[in-house]
This record gives sequence, C-alpha cells and structure tokens, in this order.
Amino acid sequence: MVKKFTMAVTGLIMIGFLLMHMYGNLKMFIGAEAFDHYAHWLKGATEDGGILYPIMPAGTFIWVFRFVLVLAVILHMYCALDLTRRSRQAAGRGYQHKTRLAQTYAARTMRWGGVIVLLGLIVHLLQFTIIPSSFYEGGAESPYKMVLHAFGQVWFVLIYAVWMALVCLHIRHGFWSAFATLGLNLSPRSRGILNGLAVFVAVVLYVGFMIMPVSVLFGWIG
Amino acid sequence: MKLKLRIWRQASTNAQGSMVEYRLDGVSEDMSFLEMLDMLNEQLTEKNEEPVAFDHDCREGICGMCSLVINGVAHGPEVTTTCQLHMRSFSDGATIDIEPWQAGPFPVIKDLVVDRTALDRIIQAGGFISSNTGSAPDAHATPAPKREADTAFDNATCIGCGACVAACPNSSAMLFTSAKISHLALLPQGQPERYRRVKSMIAAHDEEGFGNCTNIGECAAVCPKGIPLESISRLNRDLMKAMFKGDGK
Repeated sequence: MVKKFTMAVTGLIMIGFLLMHMYGNLKMFIGAEAFDHYAHWLKGATEDGGILYPIMPAGTFIWVFRFVLVLAVILHMYCALDLTRRSRQAAGRGYQHKTRLAQTYAARTMRWGGVIVLLGLIVHLLQFTIIPSSFYEGGAESPYKMVLHAFGQVWFVLIYAVWMALVCLHIRHGFWSAFATLGLNLSPRSRGILNGLAVFVAVVLYVGFMIMPVSVLFGWIG
Repeated sequence: MKLKLRIWRQASTNAQGSMVEYRLDGVSEDMSFLEMLDMLNEQLTEKNEEPVAFDHDCREGICGMCSLVINGVAHGPEVTTTCQLHMRSFSDGATIDIEPWQAGPFPVIKDLVVDRTALDRIIQAGGFISSNTGSAPDAHATPAPKREADTAFDNATCIGCGACVAACPNSSAMLFTSAKISHLALLPQGQPERYRRVKSMIAAHDEEGFGNCTNIGECAAVCPKGIPLESISRLNRDLMKAMFKGDGK
C-alpha cells in the first residue's frame, strides 16, 4: 500500500511540473528574448543569478529540481512495475466471455500507456535538454530557435501530438486515481468532481502544450 | 424459452477445463437463473451425465453463496445476486456463457464452484470487534450519529460473494475489504481496534495474493449490494493514518 501512495504522490508532483512546463512554453508567444531569458533564468545563467538566487547559489536550483523529478519518475516506475507484477500474479485464467462495464479507455491503458509515455520522455529529454544541439545547431544558446526549428516540421508536430495525447490520457485516469488513493473520494459528488477535474487538467494540458507547436508550424510565431 | 448455454466444466482444481455447450428448452421466464440451472441438471442426471456444480444457498440474495460470471459480468446483467436474477432478463433463443469467478486466490473446486475462503481469512485478520460477552447492552447505550450509522449499515450489507474480485482486472479484493473496514470504522464500537484492523486486514489481503486497486470501478459496477468506490477511499484514508500509529502489523 505504501507503493500506491508513492505512485499517487509522485504522479501528482509530475502533473504539477507539467502544468508549470506548459505555462513556461507559452512564453514562446511573447518572443525570443522573453523565452530565452526564462530558459536561462531557470538554469541560473542570467545576470541576476536566476531562480531562487541568492537563497541557493546560482545554477543550483535546477539540479535540485531535476533530482526531485527524476526521483519521482523512478519511484513512480518502480512502484508501477511492482504493483503490476503482483496484480498479474493475482490474475486468474481470464474469462472466455469478456465484458467491460465501468472502466474508461484511459484506465485500461495506464500500464502500456505509461511505458510509451516514458519512451517519449527519453527522446524528448535527449532532444531538448541533454543534447540541445542534436537536432539543431545552436540549441543551447537560443532555446527559442531550437523550439522553432523542431516544431517547424509537420512530422515532428504530429508525433508530438500523439505523444501528448498519450500523456494526457494517462493523466485523465492518474489524476483522479491519485486522489482516490489518497483518500479524497468521499462521496458520489466528490467522485464526480475529481473525475471532472481530471478531464479538465488533461484537456488544459493538451491544449496548453499543443497551441504553441501548432502556432509555430503555421508560422504564427517567429 | 429456448436457450443455448455454454458452461465452464472443470472436473477438479488441477484438471483442464473448457466451455461445454448445452441446449435447454421450455425454460420459463419466471424462473430464477439458478432454477434454470437446476432444470439443466435434472436433465443431465436423467441422461446419466455429471450435473453442473454451482454454489447456492439461501436463494434470497442475502447469503453470498451464489456466484457465476454470466456473459462476462459477475452476477449477470442485473445489479443483483445470481439467485435473484430471472430468466426474463434474457431473450428467447439467447446464448448464455456461464463461467466461475476468476482470480488466483479463488481456485476452482469444480465446474462453477470456487474456493472463497481467502475472504474469510481477511475477516479473521480484523473484521470484528472485541467486546465482553454477557447480557445484551441497551440498544442506545452507545449513541451513533445517524449519517455515519447509515453509511456503516450500507457497507455492512456486503455479503462477501466476491463479485468485486471476479470483476476486477487486477483481482483485487479492495471493495470487499473496504466494506468491512467502513462498516466498523464508522461506528463507536469499532474505534478501539480501528487502525490495527485496517493494517491487519490489508496485510491479510496482500498475503492471500489479491492484486492492487487501480480505481477502475468494475467492482462497484457489479456489486449486488451497491458498495461504492468511496469505501475504498475511506480504507486508504484510515490506512494512511494507521501508518503513523504504532500498533498492528
């Protein structure tokens, strides 16, 4: 049961991060200077020492932040693997006649969906964070240009759209499920509210994450 | 009514099972599902064939003995127990698939009969209160708030049939366990052992090899007594509190 609580808490941490990340991406609409400054500020590479300076030395916060997120991802994966393994062991032979009554598509695809989301995440991090110059020379100096270049390609926006759809589908069930596991499903009414919120957060994230790439693709930015 | 039945036949726990087809004629739509099976068994007996083994007892929907996954749904198409399901819920000429509960901790004993004693062991781990024996206490000696008492009673209606486990893709018995937890945790009599109980029962649940709840909701959809998913959240809440308390395992 500790593992389920861990899954819920780490999942919610990641959803919190995604909301911030989405909001940050929207700075692309303000312009190259604003976006690049924001990116450098997060890394503590601006003149004012960046985020949380002088509480922390310049450039420290980003590593603390990354550590927390990577830890959340690892714990989330580890618990998911262990819980899945135990549920598989508990499973019977399976029914000859299968009928589904209540489950959503999002709930049913949590496990394999999660794996695909992870693979996408690895590619995403390699491309935009770990080797920013992998797809575009000068990505490190100007994240703005790197993003413009990436989303200027139709095939890339399409793949990104599918990946984001999977992420948001995972969140559609994960958000509600996390709160239910943390004991907040108190009544039919709160079940409705939590499920409604889950759909809302998933849709906000999808729209928020897609509006910028689509705008870049159609040349509305840059 | 004319019916085509496809029934899981399995001679013993370790035997290979399979779906066997039977045709049944002259079924009345006023028969209960179990009466329909009785009729089939009479015919099989007359033909010197082995009758289909299935669990049943009170046939009033309150004992929790009957089971059966009918067309992929635990207790069939109506939200009730199989014994209270009537043949009018099916159309004439229908094909009906009948299978036993499926879950690792519920091994098949024979045909449609499964061993559900794993649920009894979860109850033994804490699904009770300790009190002095003797003459019955005054009915209103211990006041209980109306709202909590009602919710406790709703949860106490769980008959332990195991449909929640049968329907769960994870073979989790969380709805069953949470109904017992809710029943006792909401009443004053359940308080002294409240947090020890939830820890012990969950430990027993996991030890029996039941899976983990992923809040999918199939269990509540088939529960003949309408135990809601909220009960599982209540269990989680108590378990979180219990983790910060010393007693229990």
